[in-house]
Amino acid sequence: MSWSIDHLPAVLSLIGRHVYLAGLPLLLGLLIAVPLGWLARRYRVLYPLLIAGTGLLYTIPSLALFILMPIFIGTRILDPVNVVVAMTIYTVALLVRTVADGLGAVPDSVNQAATAMGFGRVRRLFMVELPLAVPVISAGLRVAAVSNVSIVSVAAIIGVPQLGSLFTDGFRRNFMEPILVGVIACVLLALVFDLAIIAGTRLITPWQRTRRAA
Amino acid sequence: MNLVLTWLTDPAHWAGEDGVPHRILEHLTYSAVALVIAAIIAIPLGLYVGHTGRGKFLVVNVAGAARAIPSLGLLFIMVLLLGPRLSGDAAFVVPCLVVLAVLAVPPILAGAYAGVEEVDASARDAAKGMGMRGLQVLLEVELPCALPLIFSGLRSATLQVVATATIAATVGLGGLGRLLIDGLAVRDFGQMAAGAVLVAALALAVDLIFALVQRYAVSAGLTGRRTASRRSRPKASADSTLITIS
Repeated sequence: MSWSIDHLPAVLSLIGRHVYLAGLPLLLGLLIAVPLGWLARRYRVLYPLLIAGTGLLYTIPSLALFILMPIFIGTRILDPVNVVVAMTIYTVALLVRTVADGLGAVPDSVNQAATAMGFGRVRRLFMVELPLAVPVISAGLRVAAVSNVSIVSVAAIIGVPQLGSLFTDGFRRNFMEPILVGVIACVLLALVFDLAIIAGTRLITPWQRTRRAA
Repeated sequence: MNLVLTWLTDPAHWAGEDGVPHRILEHLTYSAVALVIAAIIAIPLGLYVGHTGRGKFLVVNVAGAARAIPSLGLLFIMVLLLGPRLSGDAAFVVPCLVVLAVLAVPPILAGAYAGVEEVDASARDAAKGMGMRGLQVLLEVELPCALPLIFSGLRSATLQVVATATIAATVGLGGLGRLLIDGLAVRDFGQMAAGAVLVAALALAVDLIFALVQRYAVSAGLTGRRTASRRSRPKASADSTLITIS
């Protein structure tokens, strides 16, 4: 236990790095996946292409993606931007399908009613279809959040500091405590992300609460 | 891309202990053994939970929590814990298999459990009406009907395991991860990129094999194969339920 107490500030700063490296890609990935998912829905030809294409991205091992990022975007190997971009790619890979399926699950009658009330295509998307797809998208976002927190730790192998650094550091010194602290912090962080997404979803979908209460 | 081609077309990289074919074989061995272990644990458990409805809450939450465990950290913990108790290669191979199996259990479990739960209630009632016992209903009706989702879970577990088996190299084991780790040590980008391409290609090849097996294992009554006029159920719905469950 003494190690943890001595190194508390260091661990806290690693948690901060981890939140940044796993959280920012979640937001960026969502911003990219929504238009892509909409495209996949809107143009049926694109659906299999986009789904297969993004599925393909997920088969690239994270370690490889972290290492190869500098070649694609011209950054330095230790630049945290590599990790952010790589994690954004994974998030998009997971979310495009979810967004497309979520938009697809909006009942036709609802869309027709919106059109009949004079909603144009854009206004209908933002005020009717996307809000109704929120529960499905949020389910996908939760999976992405948990897997992001876990994958980011691999970046310790290429030397980008975050909670994974505790793993490599402890392993190198044959010392269990930092590794345990890192794993527990990762799991707790995943839990916090998960709860935050659940809370956010409840906040922006008040109609779901009233339905459950009724 | 040029770097990758140059590296891959060099015959020296295709022979011997650290040649590509041997690395692929190691990679496939770790992945296959871990998947078999995970399937032996997760499929019966998922079938049981789906059939009886018992322990649903527990299974869903434990599987969710298992997803959050970082594989790299768990691998190091297992090596430090089990390593001194095992000898030779086993000191590293066993921890690695444990980690990959832990990774594979949640998706397989979710697939098996959702598959049985999604079975049409009327099919289940009909089986009971025909005089089938509980186990018979499970094995002869629910299991075949659940196969599409079971395969879906197995395939997503396989993709993750094949991609993650690269971390075996961080504790000195073989597999395609060696190309990444060794390449990183000497900054050989061609070798690292070749390793990444090989892992992705391997994952896709294995997935393709699963797709073929699934095609012939799943009853034509479910997929509509060769009976296009009597399609029973669109397959897309099966995939999307798995996403929401997981």
